[in-house]
Amino acid sequence: MTTTEIKDQLFSIVKVYLPQDVDASAITADSHLMKDLGINSAHLVDIALDVEDAFDIMLDEKDMEAMQTVDAAVTIVKGKV
Amino acid sequence: MILDELDKIVANLPYGDGFKFVDQLLEISEDHVIGVYRFRKSEYFYKHHFIHQPVTPGVILTECMAQIGLVCLGSYLTKALPEKPQFVFTENHIQFLDVVKPETTVIVTAKKEYYRFNKLKVVVQMLDEQERKIAEGAMSGMLVNT
Repeated sequence: MTTTEIKDQLFSIVKVYLPQDVDASAITADSHLMKDLGINSAHLVDIALDVEDAFDIMLDEKDMEAMQTVDAAVTIVKGKV
Repeated sequence: MILDELDKIVANLPYGDGFKFVDQLLEISEDHVIGVYRFRKSEYFYKHHFIHQPVTPGVILTECMAQIGLVCLGSYLTKALPEKPQFVFTENHIQFLDVVKPETTVIVTAKKEYYRFNKLKVVVQMLDEQERKIAEGAMSGMLVNT
């Protein structure tokens, strides 16, 4: 799986959990999921669980802490698939 | 008086009498919880919802399901933690199928979908004593560090 493919899939996962007033076009590789996109901690867990399902991987507490941006998530996924 | 584990969970809930919607837990495990509550005709909201026609508000039914399904189950799942954690209600999607009149006893059953990264998600349903389905749906809460 290429980095672009992983990134595209992450974008579509993150999109589902955006607040109503944040448009999907706001998602960039380095946008901070909580600070820039306004995703709350409960939805961050949903994103992590969707990422696990989408890439068939397991995330731990450390990954969860590191997963602050889409790029960081790409790095985590690449290290596990 | 020695309380069993189920009674202890109910006794330790952080709600005052006017907002505690759990009388008793019937079952609890890592994966599920069953609890009951009788809506007393003296509850303060019946005087206002509705005027001359008391019906339990949907938000109160939701609260009852959250107290049993999220807070009681969450407190069981975190019993090994040294400090008593605090739960916040984060989301719910509930369908209401019937009304709850004063003096109805409701039975709430919640099944754990997952408890990961401090988030508990359950599927929940509420029946009345006639086993009529009152409500069903899903709800989640997060454990927060205080």
